[in-house]
Amino acid sequence: MGPLVPDIISNNLNLIVALVIGILFGVILEQAGFSSSKKLVGLFYGYDFTVLRVFFTAGIVAMIGVMALAHYGLLDINLIYINPTFIWSAVIGGFIMGLGFVVGGFCPGTSVCAAAIGKIDALVFIGGAFLGVIVFAEGYPLFEPLYMAANLGIPTFYQILGIPQSIFAFTMVVFALFAFWVASIVENKVNHIERAPIRLTPYYLGIAAIGILMAASAFTFPERKAELTQLVEDTNFVQSYQVNTISTDEFALCLLKTRECDKLQIFDFRSEENYKKMSLPRSILFSLENMFEKEPNLLLNLKHKLKVFIADDEWTERKMAIIATELGYKKINILKGGLDGFKEQILNFKPIENPKTTDEIDTNRFRSEAKRIIPVLIQNHKPTGPVERKLKRVIGGC
Amino acid sequence: MEETKYMNPYLAGVALGLLLLITIYITGRGLGASGAFKSYAVTVVETVAPSHAAASKFYEDYSKDHGSGSPLMNWLVFEVTGVLIGAFLSGLVANRLNFKLEKGPHTTAKIRIAGALAGGLLWGIGSQFGRGCTSGAALSGMAVMSFGGIITMFAIFAGAYAFAYFFRKLWI
Repeated sequence: MGPLVPDIISNNLNLIVALVIGILFGVILEQAGFSSSKKLVGLFYGYDFTVLRVFFTAGIVAMIGVMALAHYGLLDINLIYINPTFIWSAVIGGFIMGLGFVVGGFCPGTSVCAAAIGKIDALVFIGGAFLGVIVFAEGYPLFEPLYMAANLGIPTFYQILGIPQSIFAFTMVVFALFAFWVASIVENKVNHIERAPIRLTPYYLGIAAIGILMAASAFTFPERKAELTQLVEDTNFVQSYQVNTISTDEFALCLLKTRECDKLQIFDFRSEENYKKMSLPRSILFSLENMFEKEPNLLLNLKHKLKVFIADDEWTERKMAIIATELGYKKINILKGGLDGFKEQILNFKPIENPKTTDEIDTNRFRSEAKRIIPVLIQNHKPTGPVERKLKRVIGGC
Repeated sequence: MEETKYMNPYLAGVALGLLLLITIYITGRGLGASGAFKSYAVTVVETVAPSHAAASKFYEDYSKDHGSGSPLMNWLVFEVTGVLIGAFLSGLVANRLNFKLEKGPHTTAKIRIAGALAGGLLWGIGSQFGRGCTSGAALSGMAVMSFGGIITMFAIFAGAYAFAYFFRKLWI
């Protein structure tokens, strides 16, 4: 599961990765024509919309790609850098940069690119940007109130709008396609080209087809958590889903004979508060969120473990087990009757009066024994608290 | 030798988008540029005027966020060094390497130099407020659908269009 830094790729190797990515970044920018200020600002005077085309195409490709990776469980969204939102600072900073764009003809990345092929104006621009940072640093006490105002944390745009991710992504792609269309019309008008800006040639049809496909694919990669949480709201679906159940006696036996049953791993889906009050041996506190995260879900992947999901009621266990199974985790079991049932049948067991069959006599003997020993095991078990997460969100940004 | 034509913009866009995606998958962060300028600025100030840097909140916050060690041992510094190399190689292959001051047809070299300096200065300040520039805030922010990133992106475009009229003499 991504991101591969820092556990699969070390922080030092990451710097080499940065260099390689930078080289590719530089090649693409230069090949696209971003080393020319006249081409860059063409966007704002209508004679060349290259920047708009490259920028929006890149944005939607990466956006749909991130959605797809997250959908297939290849990327932990909780670990990647999401630009923080400080509204006023973002708006005013953006305006200043926009002004800088038409005055200077570059943005920082493209100025480096242009300087690399010998553009003198780009070198001057870089010097200016360098001074600009120092101006900001020196005036920081003055700027700080604005810089820090209206901190909204790290929301995504669709969270702010309160709409599903897929609809937002779809809108962005359609917006980009619309922008390309308008840009082509304006470009031809400004450059006095008589030809229709968009013609029924294989080139334009191809772009339109890929664009529509990308817009539609926004719905193919819905957010896993939202999708699966909704799925298990369907009572019939949950009822008919094949989930492996363990009886309370079998479960109790496993707790008692830990030597033979050392493969047991219990995932406790109750609240942290209840877990701290009473927790079973070999159990770990787990949550719905944990199932989607890079580090906690390593536990779910452990082979040769008897993985049992527990919650107060069997229904919750079923729902969680279905989500785990849908996410591709194998051999998930649930406890029949939930913890409530376990408490009733084992911990607070009342022997069957006048047992008649051998079955009933055996049940009485076993459960009485379990009732005596398991509470001691629970007493001795120190709750470990929530599953430990060492990985922190990546620090990114400029 | 004649310059090679530029790449098809949509193709370049797809390539850039995939590069950004791979970057996020490997490193958990997006592309950037202005952060490298900041690292260099901090390094220079810390070297030239260490006592001043130590007493100033901006530099203090910077070291707090980026940990100890040289500000130049930074992901974006390496990435931007790569951009320099990559763009140079691309320019070499496409026969675009030459020292040149590019300017609009109705402006002078002096004005162009002044504009580039002022524009750079504005970007240096603006990218601090925006917490990133076109790459770090706008493009990478769009990839992860960050509210702040996309707001910054629209503000950059809106700002540029709003001021474009007043600076048209520089370009057309």
